[in-house]
Amino acid sequence: MSKCWMQTLACGVAALMSVAPAFAADTIKLGVAGAHSGELASYGQPSLNAAILVVDEFNARGGVLGRQVEILAQDDQCKAEIATNAATRLISDGVVAVMGHICSGPCKASLPLYTDAKLISMSPSATTPALTQSGQNPYFFRTIANDNDSAIVGARFIAEKLGASRVAILHDNSEYGRGYAEKAREELQSLGKAEVVLFEAVTPGATDYSSAVRKVRQAGAGVLMWGGYYPEASKILSNMHSLEIDIPMVGPDGLKDMGFVELAGQDAEGVYASGPTDTSSNPLSVRYAELHQKKFGTAPGAFFDNAVAATIALLSAVENAGDTSIDKLDEALRTHEVDTPIGRIKFNEQGDAIGVGMSIYQIQNGQYTEVFKGGN
Amino acid sequence: MNAVMKTLLRAVMISVWFMALTFPVLSLKVNATKRTVDVLWERAAGMGLAMFALSLLWMWYFRHKERGRGDSGPLASVRAGMGRGWHALLRRLDSLGRRRGVTGLCAGVLLAAAVFLPVAGSMYQTTIFANAFLYVMLALGLNIAVGIAGQLVLGYAAFYAIGAYTYGLLNQYFGLGFWVCLPVGGCLAAVAGLLLGFPVLRLQGDYLAIVTLGFGEIVRLLLNNWMDITGGSQGVANIPRPSLFGITLSSDQSMAYVYYLTLAAMIVTIVVVARIKDSRVGLALRALRDDEIASEAMGIDLRMVKLQAFALGSCWAGFAGVLLAARINFISPPSFTFMESAMILSMVVLGGMGSISGVVVAALVLTLAPEYLRALSAYRMLVFGALMVLMMIFRPQGLIPSRKRIYHPRGVSADGAATSAQGGRA
Amino acid sequence: MDFFYFLEIFFSGLTRGSIYALIALGYTMVYGIIGLINFAHGEIYMLGAFTALIVATLLGMSGFPAGGILIVAALVAMLWCAAYGYTMEKVAYKPLRGESRLAPLISAIGMSTFLQNYVQLAQTSNYVPFPRLMPRFAFLSAFGGVMRSSDFVILVVSALVMIGLALYIRHTRMGKAMRATAQNRKMAMLVGIDADKVISLTFIIGSALAALGGTLIASHTGQVGFGIGFLAGMKAFTAAVLGGIGSIPGAMLGGLVLGLAESFTTGYLSGDYEDVLAFALLVLILIFRPAGLLGKATVQKV
Repeated sequence: MSKCWMQTLACGVAALMSVAPAFAADTIKLGVAGAHSGELASYGQPSLNAAILVVDEFNARGGVLGRQVEILAQDDQCKAEIATNAATRLISDGVVAVMGHICSGPCKASLPLYTDAKLISMSPSATTPALTQSGQNPYFFRTIANDNDSAIVGARFIAEKLGASRVAILHDNSEYGRGYAEKAREELQSLGKAEVVLFEAVTPGATDYSSAVRKVRQAGAGVLMWGGYYPEASKILSNMHSLEIDIPMVGPDGLKDMGFVELAGQDAEGVYASGPTDTSSNPLSVRYAELHQKKFGTAPGAFFDNAVAATIALLSAVENAGDTSIDKLDEALRTHEVDTPIGRIKFNEQGDAIGVGMSIYQIQNGQYTEVFKGGN
Repeated sequence: MNAVMKTLLRAVMISVWFMALTFPVLSLKVNATKRTVDVLWERAAGMGLAMFALSLLWMWYFRHKERGRGDSGPLASVRAGMGRGWHALLRRLDSLGRRRGVTGLCAGVLLAAAVFLPVAGSMYQTTIFANAFLYVMLALGLNIAVGIAGQLVLGYAAFYAIGAYTYGLLNQYFGLGFWVCLPVGGCLAAVAGLLLGFPVLRLQGDYLAIVTLGFGEIVRLLLNNWMDITGGSQGVANIPRPSLFGITLSSDQSMAYVYYLTLAAMIVTIVVVARIKDSRVGLALRALRDDEIASEAMGIDLRMVKLQAFALGSCWAGFAGVLLAARINFISPPSFTFMESAMILSMVVLGGMGSISGVVVAALVLTLAPEYLRALSAYRMLVFGALMVLMMIFRPQGLIPSRKRIYHPRGVSADGAATSAQGGRA
Repeated sequence: MDFFYFLEIFFSGLTRGSIYALIALGYTMVYGIIGLINFAHGEIYMLGAFTALIVATLLGMSGFPAGGILIVAALVAMLWCAAYGYTMEKVAYKPLRGESRLAPLISAIGMSTFLQNYVQLAQTSNYVPFPRLMPRFAFLSAFGGVMRSSDFVILVVSALVMIGLALYIRHTRMGKAMRATAQNRKMAMLVGIDADKVISLTFIIGSALAALGGTLIASHTGQVGFGIGFLAGMKAFTAAVLGGIGSIPGAMLGGLVLGLAESFTTGYLSGDYEDVLAFALLVLILIFRPAGLLGKATVQKV
């Protein structure tokens, strides 16, 4: 799942920074862009709430650099076409930075605009690796691990914990699945402990995967890595079990979804999936969840912690930088560590957060249990 | 009275039938988490009421149709009842349209509105209209093959993809710019159309449809799986916007620029397709659509004409593909699925096969309506599906049916022997 | 690679092939009688799977035995889909008789889109689990697990359906009427055959078969979703064309050939090109031998 929330925020923040001094004198404007309506609103709304909570806290403490912070929210419905529109609005409204967007597509679409306008944007949720790693988006940051991290932790788990020497990798030829599979293969090869004996695609939507599964057995694999979504994983598992092929499956965060457990039932038992390290016991995370409960009356939703982290990181960067010029902000983000609900973070050269971990979870009795911490 | 009772009784029976028919899937909803089934009586009731009303309408319509005059000439296929009002309107518009001044004025006003849109409207408006114009191009291109020549092509998105990938890949590997790639993309798509056209010359109707569908899927799968060349499912990113005599444009400016390019391309398409339609080639294509064997007997070279239809149709998709790549800067195989082909086809069908104004209107409506009716987006495809069926039943000739040229002895226009030999302007 | 692996891949192909054949039989029958590519056939298959799921869930709630559930669910799904097929023909195809050949085809594409979205909106856009209702046959384990019980059931059922259908069409009065209608509808009507009735019956049988396929295949894969009909329908159609569309043994043969070809591609080459192969086969067959493996070439009558 690609998430654009982070980018939206970051974009908004970036937009804030470009504001003319005359504007900036009164308030610091933080853009928040993401899906606030439409089908994917459940991904975007929590990050807007997160921004509101964090900004309220900063304002209660006297604002940032002595000025109050104001949120300018723009809805992109997770659609690339609308996102460019939202981004243009934020830029012309003179935001200092953007927290967002939520989905990867809108991030991709709006980043050229932010880069042109020299605005920092920070997504709490967009996981497509290329956003940071292509080098084309110098002012883009994110507070979520990217899809590559998911593959890296999976490969390390196989090499270090499972100790399998022969690994088969199947994928569904989608951007998400194939990206995971290729990164995992690369990582396994560089770790050197396990050999990739099979690497190929299956056809999503096919009614029977027994030939692919038999090929996995023929290749003598001790582990099957699956790059793709859970409906196909469920079919592959059922074919494996009916043919009595009993090797563990390791998959991306697409398999860390209760929908998978529901769909695959007994077949899902024992499957390993990567997912962000559980930070729900982090005191900041607990505190913001309580604040959310108090202000909005519900438990926080998807990417809430990441969005809180992004907003804190952006506002702290303004404080640490001492003004809102892009170069100082950029440097502040990369050099000052800040405490956030997802841990103590700063950002690397590419804009990925250092200190955000991925873990491996195993399905045990229908629940995800953390079995391996990836570290960073 | 008795007849009314009978009709009502029939409507009740039909609605009961549909309630029973749709009961399992519509009114019994599986709850996957709890592994139970929820019963939703209100849906069944709604279905019953809706079907009662619809069946009355349906019976009324077919009764009128049966009672209708027995003539079945092209213009008399004005289907009695529902079609009448619409046709009166069309005819009035038509007679208005024949006064050149009025047509010119309308076109001028529309053109002026289109030209000032990027200035007056928001960037969002500009973007969605540029998108709509692109679909107008696509629909008109497909209209050549399907509407005018009657060759059902179900894999049109493949040619669109070829155009888009031509620009994307030539730019990525050789750094070629938009203006070089535009003709190349069109030509390559036309060549692909010819390559497909040669072997399928012998096929007609549904066989042809299926071959083109298979071809469309093959192209998409190759683009998706041939990782090394096409970038696979990750697509091709960072395709540059077109240049304007070497001037670098800001992103809003270049968006407006692409908008104008698309607008211009659409106008060119409309003009060219209109010319093709009334040219010798166009007449041959239409003869082909109406009766292959008869047209062959009339001395039309079927092979040539079919190949022309394929090449002309796919060429426009190629142009549109290059423009698409230039506009959104990022292309990937999921943009070129069978659903895309089906959407373009439904524009042609809804507009009226072979009719240029109809197809333009249908393409604009089908691309703009979902943008403005976002709330209904979940039902969009449901409505499209139903519309395609209903159009075939009630107005197979489309919203604005294509006018056939009819010979008016006194109305022969002055522009040459070729025109008067084949009939004056209708 | 060794012989056992070859056998395994062969049987995987057989499984896929019989799945395609089961869906292709209904497809080919409708085409044979009225010459319409019923694009919505894949959707009827999907509707059948959903109906069976609903029935199976209802029965499962009341504690019915598994084998019984499969049979009841399949029968109910067949009955309902027969009704869907009948209604669909009356609403979407019958009013178009006498129009150009394009009209019913476009109507069928519309119907297919409509039905997919209807199920998506009425049920869910997620995949939902389908209970595993297939019986287990102990004797198959003697063969080293090359063939599973569900593979066996699907293969046997599709073979039985093929034989039954062929016999029905060859030997019954209605079958004769069907063949006559297929050859020349006008002439058939002249000799007193009720063509409307024949066409309705064709849709009823074809849709019931699709539902049977939907039930068995869903309980083999263990899941259903609103979109499963498209690819299955396409593959089944390819199978039907491969065997010679309109020919009932041809659908079975075409299904098996396609399934084996796909399986051997995956087994010995790469799974990446499985689908490309299937569609390429479709295109090539249509171009070079439009009548298919078992079909008879027909001369167009003027």
